[in-house]
Amino acid sequence: MTSKKVSEEAYAYTPGLKVKRAMAVTKARRLPIPGEVCVKKGDEVDYGTVIAKTLVSGDPEIVKVAAILGFSSKPADLPAYMKKKVGDKVEKDEIIAGYSVLFGLLKKWVQSPIDGVIELISTVTGQVVIRGLPIPVEVDSYIPGKVVEVLLREGAVLETNAAFIQGIFGIGGESHGIIKMGVESPNDELTQDHIKAEHRGMVLVGGSMVAYEALRKAAEVGVSCVVSGGIRHNDIKRFMGEEIGVAITGQEEVGLSIIITEGFGRMKMSQRTFDLLKSFEGYNAAVNGSTQIRAGVLRPEIIIPHGATGDSAVEELASGMVPGTPIRVIRQPYFGAIGKVANLPVELQQIQTRSRVRVLDVKIEDGKIVTVPRANVEIIEE
Amino acid sequence: MATLRKPKEEMQYILATDTGSTTTKARFFHKRDGEWRFLVAGEAPTTVEAPYEDVTLGVRNAVREVEELTGHKILSPDGSGIVVPYDGKIGVDLYCTTSSAGGGLQMMVAGLIKSMTAESANRAALGAGAIVMDVLARDDDRRPFQKIKRIRSLRPDMILLAGGEDGGASAHVMELAELINAAEPKARLGVSYELPIVFAGNKDLRPQISDLFGRKFALTIVENLRPVLAVENTEPARRAIHELFMEHVMSHAPGYTKLMKWTDIPIMPTPAGEGMAMQLIAETYKENVLGVGLGGATTNVYSVVDGRFVRSVSANLGMSYSVTNVMKEAGLSNIMRWLPFKLDEEDVASRLMNKMIRPTTIPQTLEDLIVEHSVAREALRLGLEHHKTIATRLKGVTVDRSIGDVFQQNITETYIDMMSIDIIAGTGGLLSHAPWRGQSLLILTDAFQPEGITKMFQDSVFMMPHLGILSTVHREAAWNIFDKDCLVRLGTCVAPTGAGRIGDPVMTVELEMPEGNIVKEEMKFGEIKRIDLRERQEAKAVITPHKGFDVGEGLGHKIEGTVMGGIAGIMLDARGRPLYLPKDDAERKQFLLKWFDAMDLYPVDELKELA
Repeated sequence: MTSKKVSEEAYAYTPGLKVKRAMAVTKARRLPIPGEVCVKKGDEVDYGTVIAKTLVSGDPEIVKVAAILGFSSKPADLPAYMKKKVGDKVEKDEIIAGYSVLFGLLKKWVQSPIDGVIELISTVTGQVVIRGLPIPVEVDSYIPGKVVEVLLREGAVLETNAAFIQGIFGIGGESHGIIKMGVESPNDELTQDHIKAEHRGMVLVGGSMVAYEALRKAAEVGVSCVVSGGIRHNDIKRFMGEEIGVAITGQEEVGLSIIITEGFGRMKMSQRTFDLLKSFEGYNAAVNGSTQIRAGVLRPEIIIPHGATGDSAVEELASGMVPGTPIRVIRQPYFGAIGKVANLPVELQQIQTRSRVRVLDVKIEDGKIVTVPRANVEIIEE
Repeated sequence: MATLRKPKEEMQYILATDTGSTTTKARFFHKRDGEWRFLVAGEAPTTVEAPYEDVTLGVRNAVREVEELTGHKILSPDGSGIVVPYDGKIGVDLYCTTSSAGGGLQMMVAGLIKSMTAESANRAALGAGAIVMDVLARDDDRRPFQKIKRIRSLRPDMILLAGGEDGGASAHVMELAELINAAEPKARLGVSYELPIVFAGNKDLRPQISDLFGRKFALTIVENLRPVLAVENTEPARRAIHELFMEHVMSHAPGYTKLMKWTDIPIMPTPAGEGMAMQLIAETYKENVLGVGLGGATTNVYSVVDGRFVRSVSANLGMSYSVTNVMKEAGLSNIMRWLPFKLDEEDVASRLMNKMIRPTTIPQTLEDLIVEHSVAREALRLGLEHHKTIATRLKGVTVDRSIGDVFQQNITETYIDMMSIDIIAGTGGLLSHAPWRGQSLLILTDAFQPEGITKMFQDSVFMMPHLGILSTVHREAAWNIFDKDCLVRLGTCVAPTGAGRIGDPVMTVELEMPEGNIVKEEMKFGEIKRIDLRERQEAKAVITPHKGFDVGEGLGHKIEGTVMGGIAGIMLDARGRPLYLPKDDAERKQFLLKWFDAMDLYPVDELKELA
């Protein structure tokens, strides 16, 4: 048996963010619990079409009946005082238990605090559990398109031909709106002066930065989503009213969604992303700021349905870097630099920190060749 | 109990994997000349999530890397899994794995009183390797409807319910059970299977609990974890959690049914494996251990003190996914106090935010490396603070206090006393990948502030979980590998407690080196010195603290013994305890530079340029 030198470095590979002009985008729309699917295979759906619906059991209310009636030390006596039995429907304020003795001179009643059904009469604790009315839950289409698969009792898979742009970080959930360019160039900062009342409901595209004041104005105006290359940490913290702890977002209620395409700090939006968005100005787009970095990476997205066919939607499960692959550097000291792989040395190399790591040489835009750890680049998917 | 497919003494090859949330790590061990050794590592991305949704693909890829590196075939040619046992040509004699993929084991625990049974239930779940999503108790200051709302919003893998001594409280425990029942908690993985509930409370309530939960949940009843107030018996609950983890949780995760058939030992949560490794160190050295796994998303702290094992997990303290949460919890100024150069606050915060969104990147510049090391100190500090809230004396039990205790307030909540910790052991990417091991030594020292004489260890290549699970069936092999290939001796930290003024004498240290020469150091307050003493070497030490300082024998009392060498050697730390860090910004930076220099921590010229 032969033994070779082992690298202590974990296999590091950062898949690129997708920036596609045309591809078949599929979305599975699922209920959180089983229910009824409202569409069938082949149906065409629009924004907001209900795909599936269900009823979630209502919130329970616990009533300490024995304690209220004054016999908490003998909970086993509870059934004798109950006016309702398990399974009975009750209305709010309806009497569920109590007593009346001495021709009504001594009486005490317990009323239901909610509309619901008696679920449990406990002779151990003297409590009664009333289940509230079921709560309807729906899942909508999020994108317009065609139903390509029905997921039994869960929902459906939709497909649409669209431009597809992934951001690196976002906040706020799903929405949609007309794309509107807010600035002239990807180097420009989107300021409050760029934001007008007519941007209400739109997906407003900025360049390298968007500051707190601009975000406030966008929220006031009712902009649906702001897209920017970079954002300062302090601005997003002020806007959200708190520090972002872990990268699980999407549930924020801050009045709009934000999608950052490059990273934190002032960062010129990639020319390709900017140009693509500009070419679809005036189109309707579905946007989602939800981001989850850990366990099943979820990146924010902009989907611009346009009907034209393009690349296959099949995920490229394994792709690597070769000389000539376009990449972006994603860490200091060349953060944001865009270039092409020039060379992929096999041997580990020592970097400034004195770590020995796998590196690559990159020819960046100004023609200079720089060496960076392989873990610090991402492939630009073209 | 596992059935091994070959007697231990005949085994030649062992394969262990850990399917982490990001990476699946395979470690291959071989017995040669009667000695078990680590041979190679293979790693590949974990494949639990879409689009793969089959954990065994990642395991196969990691094992394939092992095959390529060694030329030893392990995977069956027909793709059915791992060949066990070794047939003279291909395969391994034992295969085992730990797992934290897909979020690991997520539990909710409940007990009657927050500081008593609920706290014990929390410890039992943590000890089993779970992430505890919430601890419910009758006195947790939430109204019933708030608790119900919370339970409904969580989707745990399992619930542990405790409460009441045997023969003690019953109605209140049942109230809690009825509340859980009414909330109809749903399992995280799949809506169609019954959520496991472990009841470890008052044994008199078992019939009522069975009636209540029996039809809706997968109920398991175990011995009471607080049968009487003075006793905490977490082992039956911990065992049940492990079994249910396999039967219910793992079997619903993508590909795990297949993986379970490949393994010879039940799959164990990663932190449980890591905890067993820490216990292995404590048992072997017969000393008190404080261990830490500083991960990308979470920080696990383990303590084995006087034989009592406790684990805590800070689910959102980590060096990549959770790095900004460290900033949130510690505060940016606390991170920046460890920087010996000037950086703008916004710059540091943006760097950390960028690390969070691109967690696999590594520092290329010295400046970036030192920023990460500063965050690590704070993550570890907070992790230990959290651990101390879990590693507490049993509450509700009367403690005999002497009159001296009353005056000196000796009875603290936690029993973690840094002076009684003999060994500190660290693991996790940042520590393992530190370009020089001395950096790990100082990071661990600054964060945990060891007192007295403390041996410092870390793992070489991440394999503590692997060896932890292996130790459950083959202790000898596990320790062999642990000792020879896993446990890196960083060195020894000698640190007296006490405070003084800069330049005050703190201690005199005399070391009789292996070559017979004597090294004598007079340590002054605010200083650090490093003395070279190689791994697996020892030196006889006489340490005499000055008045007002203590190295374990009392104020001003001399201590004699041996100190262990290591890659970083002996670190004499006269910065006092609590650690002295000047408030003045410029002065603090100067001190940091001096300390880094004394430990040869970073390249001097580059560091001076930054400062």
